[in-house]
Parts: sequence; structure tokens; C-alpha cells
Amino acid sequence: MSASNPTISKKPNWFIQFFTSTIGRKLLVALTGLFLILFLAVHLIGNLQMILFDDGGKAFNEYAYFMGHNELIQIISVGNFFFIILHIIVSVVLTIYNRTARPTKYAYSKPSANSSFSSRNMIWLGSIVMIFLVLHLVNFWAKSKFGTVEQVTYDGKTMHNLYALVVFEFENPVIVGIYVVSMIGLSYHLLHGFQSVFQTLGINHVKYTPFIKTLGLIYSILVPLGFALIPILMYIKSLS
Amino acid sequence: MKLTLKVWRQSKPDKVENGKLISGGGKMETYQVSDVSKDMSFLEMLDVLNEDLLRSGKEPIVFDHDCREGICGMCSMYINGQPHGPQQGTTTCQLHMRSFKDGDTIYIEPWRAKAFPVIKDLMVDRSAFDRIMQAGGYVSVNTGVTVDANEIPIAKSTADKAFDAATCIGCGACVAACKNASAMLFVSAKVSQLSMLPQGKTERKTRVENMVAQMDAEGFGACTNTGACSAECPKGISMEYIARMNREYYGAKLTSNNV
Repeated sequence: MSASNPTISKKPNWFIQFFTSTIGRKLLVALTGLFLILFLAVHLIGNLQMILFDDGGKAFNEYAYFMGHNELIQIISVGNFFFIILHIIVSVVLTIYNRTARPTKYAYSKPSANSSFSSRNMIWLGSIVMIFLVLHLVNFWAKSKFGTVEQVTYDGKTMHNLYALVVFEFENPVIVGIYVVSMIGLSYHLLHGFQSVFQTLGINHVKYTPFIKTLGLIYSILVPLGFALIPILMYIKSLS
Repeated sequence: MKLTLKVWRQSKPDKVENGKLISGGGKMETYQVSDVSKDMSFLEMLDVLNEDLLRSGKEPIVFDHDCREGICGMCSMYINGQPHGPQQGTTTCQLHMRSFKDGDTIYIEPWRAKAFPVIKDLMVDRSAFDRIMQAGGYVSVNTGVTVDANEIPIAKSTADKAFDAATCIGCGACVAACKNASAMLFVSAKVSQLSMLPQGKTERKTRVENMVAQMDAEGFGACTNTGACSAECPKGISMEYIARMNREYYGAKLTSNNV
């Protein structure tokens, strides 16, 4: 046996060792995941202005203008894209790696006896979110950056009327349906992801873990619900 | 009670070449067993079946077993889709037939992981665990006179936590249960057990680095925090130890002198 036993081959630099180890790679997924969790909250708070204020979209348009022109926000926005891509790439690489760790499958397996649905299907739930993200970027981001968007002037300041674009998109029940279904996927993704981030970061403590789990549950229901309410309410509004 | 068993039979061992597992080939075979008492242990039920097979001139089913009292970590069967069967907190040898009903069909498979090649039937090679232990799962003690057992004070709470980790019997159920065939519960229990005690603290950084590196070299998957390992662990080792190992590993990688 000794000749074929796996041994650690020539060691690379410690930094590379760290981020190519199984623990280092899942740390990358966790850290980028944590950033994206925070991003969701900020994005939701901004977007809720569309349904909270009945001002024809003034508050939302001014907020969008600020977010699109503030230099610090621009840097964070680039980071956001980078972290999304890193989160996806490392997760996909890890999932493929993890599949190879069990080349022969069980004839009969009962995973529901020991683990949750979301924890076993993160890659598929993440895929739903990723497909949604592409559609979402095409629907709004690409149009506002590269397309032609109607202009609006508030107090002598001319800006994109993104609110009108949102109203237009959410008149389509198919788009509304896709958004709502995607948010269910996001909810299940967060259900495991939120608490998983802290476990990976090494935070599992009798004092904090129950709080983290409860907060994770509330977060993974409320945030996707908030996002789903926007297209639903705007669609209902478009009917009247 | 009468039972139908579907058992994995494999005569040629799996081989690992260039990090790839080459299956020795095998298939699920069906056996009927009758006169099973509900007081029998699962292994005794298989002993009865093996006696029958031997009497009829057939090859008996090979499976690992040793102490049969739940402390050696040898028995290793994936029973009805769960490592060590449906009962929580027990090894296969302590699983009794009263956990099943008359007429049940029971699927019995070996642990499935690239790092655990099948030797024969239900017996797998778990020497990957030994190599992880050799990589750092020890405390170096220079020879000399025997040290008094209570010379170093250790807080009761610390001793308890370390002992909880030390209850790991290295059976590999965590790997078998994990959808990624990850060995992190095992490795984290061993890392924690040693690093929490004063005697083990001196080598803690190098230990966790080497043990994790060996774990990765063996081809175990990465943890995705599903918790299946802890749920199936016959000793109920907590996921807390995986978080502890993560902390140990980050700290060691950032501050050890091993470049």
C-alpha cells in the first residue's frame, strides 16, 4: 500500500496553500457570501422607496442618481460584481471537487434524515439566483447604463427616470412571476447560507449561534419577501 | 422476523490511481433471512446469514467489526441510506433488530468515498484517517521520568470539551453521511481534542496545517455545513468542532512560521 498512499507533494507558497485548501476555499465562499448578504439589505432598503412613497418615483430616482454617481458607491459596485463572480466560480469549483470525492454513489440514500433541503441544494438554489441575476441586470442595469431611458427633471436636475422603467417592466405578469419564483429560490439559498457563513468563519458559540440562526431565519424570509412585494404591488397598481 | 437484505457484494478491491478511484466492480445482491430475533444486534443478524451462506457453499459477506460494544469504530455499514442505520448515536454493532419490522427490506452498503476504497463487500480501507493522524494528530513527549498526572492544572470545562472531541472513534460515518464525503468532523475532533489541552498547545499551529493538508491530499471533499456528519455521528460530535478547526486553521495559516 505504502507506494500508492496519497502524500503531500511539493508545497506551494503558504498564501496559495491557504486559498487552495478546502477550508480556504470555503472561506472565500463565506466572505463573498457575507458581502452579498449585506448588499441585499442595502439594495432592498433603496428599492422599497418605490412602494413606500407615492411620489411618482421622485425619491427612488434621486436615490438611483446618487448611487450611480457617488464615487465610493462606484468602487463598491465594482467590488460587488467581482464578489458575485468570485462567489459563483469558487462555489462551482468546490461543488465539482466535492462530487469527485464520492465517485461511486449509494444505491439507497436517505439524506433528508440528517440534513436540510437547502443545505444539500445550495448549488441549484444559487443557480436560480444567478439566472435571475442575469435577467435582472438585462432588465434594469444594462438599460440604464447602455440603453435609452426616459429623462426626468427634479428641481432643475435632469436624471434617468428609472422608476418609469420599473413600472414598465412590472406591467408584464411573466416578469413578475419570474421575480417572485426567483425570490423563493433566494430565500432557501439564504436559509442555509446565512448561518453557514458564520460556521465557516469559525463562529459557533453557545452564546451567539442561537441568535445567528434566528436572525438568519428572519432575514431569509423578510428580505426575499420585501423584494417580491415590489413587482407584485407594482403589477397590481398597473392594473388599476 | 423475516427480512429481505440487499447487500453490496464486491470481490475485487477498488484501486486509487493518480487521485482517481477505479472501482473493483460489484453489485447489490438480495438475500432472504428468516428466524431473526428482535434482540439480535445487526451484526449478529449478518453472522446468521453468513453461517447460512457458508453452509450452502457460498462466499460469506465480508464486513468490519471488532469490539461489538460501540467503542472501537470498526463497524461501518450504510444501512437504509444512513451510516450505522436509522438509530441516532449508535454504531452498527449496537443497532438491534428491534429497530426494524418483520418483512422489511434493508439496504446495506459500504462507506462510499474516494478516500475510502472498498477492500471487499462492505469493508473499506480507512487508512486515510491513520495518515491524517500521522500528519499531526499527536503530542510530542520527550522521554524521561513519568510526569505526575495532575501536574498541569486543566479547567474542568476545558477537559470536558476536549473529552467530548476525544470520544470520536474514527469510524468514518461523518464521511459516509456527508454529501461531499468530507472528513472535517473527524479531523476537527482530533485537532480540537489536542489543541484545547496544554500539552497539545505547543504544536497546535503546525498540527492543524499538516492535518488539513493531509486531509485534502487524501481526496476528502470540502465541508458545506449541512450538518449530516454530526447528525449521524455515533458519538454525537458537534459541528462546533468544525468551527473551532476553521479558527485554528485561519490562525495557524496567518501566524505560523511555516512558509
